Amino acid sequence: MTHAEFIYPSYALTIAGMVGVLAWSWLAMRRAEAAAAKAKRR
Amino acid sequence: MHRFANPARFLRIARVCTPLLTLSGLVLAAVGLWIGLFASPPDYQQGDSVRIMYVHVPAAWLASGGYLGLAISSGVALVWRHPLAGIAARAIAPVGALFTAICLVTGSLWGKPTWGTYWVWDARLTSMLVLLFLYIGYLALASAEDERHGGDVTLERGAAILAIVGVVNLPIIKFSVEWWNTLHQGPSITLTKSTIDPAMLLPLLTSLAGFSLLFGGIVLMRMRAALARQMVEARGRRLAEAYA
Repeated sequence: MTHAEFIYPSYALTIAGMVGVLAWSWLAMRRAEAAAAKAKRR
Repeated sequence: MHRFANPARFLRIARVCTPLLTLSGLVLAAVGLWIGLFASPPDYQQGDSVRIMYVHVPAAWLASGGYLGLAISSGVALVWRHPLAGIAARAIAPVGALFTAICLVTGSLWGKPTWGTYWVWDARLTSMLVLLFLYIGYLALASAEDERHGGDVTLERGAAILAIVGVVNLPIIKFSVEWWNTLHQGPSITLTKSTIDPAMLLPLLTSLAGFSLLFGGIVLMRMRAALARQMVEARGRRLAEAYA
């Protein structure tokens, strides 16, 4: 593959960014909803 | 629209839609990127660097589309005080900013082998950079407001007004390649026709659909988190008042 030194970093950055923001948002949602459920039980 | 202003109703819908959007988005994005990277043909002029298009174009689309969503949500929050609109705007902003940054970096990585340079002060590139600054400005104002627990109406309105005023940049981005003599190529896909070969259009549209669904899933996750945090804060205030 020609220009692999530009293509692979583009894909790596996009996938890392997507997975990163997905994991961050999912963890934040799980933590917040767990805290809300705990507060509801009190 | 006001039917969905009820947070309980919204949460019922969001709990169903979040995994659907996220999982279908992940599958489509993975398929689109795999075809784009390994199964699609190289371009007769650009060679293999055309494969960057399969990540760059969806990122550009979501950067602009996300900003439009941010501005509409901010407008609805400002005018109608829609309870979920402000939350939606704050959920969209960081994801849109991320895609704008991805668009700029992948565009630079495509520009080097194609144009011979990572960056030029071209109208399209510059207006996309302005879009990133608008996102950052909105995030700075919205987070300053968050630090004050949403009590500062001036900051809340300032963030919303910035988002709405910034919409003027979207047609500039869209038509920059037609209004000015730019290095960036003109549109390859319009509402009526496409100049892209079907072998390249398939991975592009697949990754575009996948990224868009993922964007929706992530925004729903962030909105659910914000609503849950609001509920905890409200309950804490009620308990503090009860014990006071």
